[in-house]
Amino acid sequence: MDEHEPDAEPNAFEVTRRTVIETGATALLLTTLPRAALAAGEAYDNEPLPPPVKVELQINGQPHSLTLDARTTLLDALREHLALTGSKKGCDHGQCGACTVLIDGRRINSCLTLAAMHDGHSITTIEGLARGDDLHPLQAAFVEHDGFQCGYCTSGQICSAVGMLAESRLGMPSYVTEDLTHPPAELNDAEIRERMSGNICRCAAYPNIVAAIKQAAGMPT
Amino acid sequence: MKAFTYQRADSVTQAATAAIKPGAKIIAGGTNLLDLMKLQVETPSRLIDINRLPLDRIEETPEGGLRIGTLVRNSDLAADPRVRQRYGVLSRALLAGASAQLRNKATTGGNLLQRTRCYYFYDVTKPCNKRNPGSGCAALAGFNRIHAILGTSEHCIAAHPSDMAVAMRALDAKVETINGEGHTRVIPIGALHRLPDKTPDIETSLKPGEIITSVTLPPPPPGIQVYRKVRDRASYACAGFSRRGRR
Repeated sequence: MDEHEPDAEPNAFEVTRRTVIETGATALLLTTLPRAALAAGEAYDNEPLPPPVKVELQINGQPHSLTLDARTTLLDALREHLALTGSKKGCDHGQCGACTVLIDGRRINSCLTLAAMHDGHSITTIEGLARGDDLHPLQAAFVEHDGFQCGYCTSGQICSAVGMLAESRLGMPSYVTEDLTHPPAELNDAEIRERMSGNICRCAAYPNIVAAIKQAAGMPT
Repeated sequence: MKAFTYQRADSVTQAATAAIKPGAKIIAGGTNLLDLMKLQVETPSRLIDINRLPLDRIEETPEGGLRIGTLVRNSDLAADPRVRQRYGVLSRALLAGASAQLRNKATTGGNLLQRTRCYYFYDVTKPCNKRNPGSGCAALAGFNRIHAILGTSEHCIAAHPSDMAVAMRALDAKVETINGEGHTRVIPIGALHRLPDKTPDIETSLKPGEIITSVTLPPPPPGIQVYRKVRDRASYACAGFSRRGRR
């Protein structure tokens, strides 16, 4: 076989970029940080840590029981405790939207809420949108319209758009809605941009994001 | 973030009794409080989560107004058909604030009690009479184009960031509270927030352990309601200037 010819079959021991990064990062963290610091930051003043809290979360249809430092945000619970790394940590202060998830269908910033506050709640993350190999219509539309460049904000953008379209279907108005008592049944570009203003894209893929959302909503693009 | 004990409140009076203890803080939406806790501007030793209390309803009052439970989320209040129809200025003001994700979480009472966005209040390495009484005010000679023009003092020039509070003031809303003994009180919205004067760290007329349970609106005033907000970008930014009017 020509040594430059790509392998016809995937290697059984194939190592992806993601597994290398995840394994490496985890190994590094475990060697340098005490357990409690992994999720919530270091302990202060040598005070004993308050008792951990037990949390039951229903994530993408699967029940999860966790015992967490009370400081653990929902985002850190997802990423650090459940290895659901699709939700991204951008600013960690509710300004960028990369951590957007859906709680009982409503979009929120998972970085600005404690996991303990969501005991018993149903949470949908980017990992829960597709049905097997069938992408969610918004995922497919983002691919088709190149709704990203680096991709870091994309899972937040897509989860936010899912929540946004649900809000629109419920007739919820936005800041640019002209008649508050009669929100438009079909969103125009200005409505989509205003309603998505909690999601920042540093690559500025905004025109393609708007096009992807319009396609997923069944509007002409 | 400093470590704290997390407690879920089962009743309003239980929450108020727990909140009176030193170092205790009520958490509702948490969008402002957790932000400040991450920066160690806020360092509570005990958090009392009131999200499970039944304070999330909007009801008609016998006078023809609305009673808004303190846990009604900003997005639900802005979208309520009665608010959109009769209190357009409130809907507009809410929709002008924050982002959709934050409005889905932020509550009515929490919106009123949110802290200033003054850069120097947020930066724990800078003097701030609001965060650290007696330390001085870095904003006075600092970068202060977002700060207050009216109602300032030589100790603090911070502005309250709420859009909703501006509309509530225009509508003559009243704030209803309860304390650990079960005593209730009604505070006109104009008397809730205090001017900084010599004690900018004391921001409201609420007493320790006193919890907002609802905000009531009188019947809507006659005429058209408008809310105008001037800011640095078209969406998702605090106001440089905002005013409400009716004609």
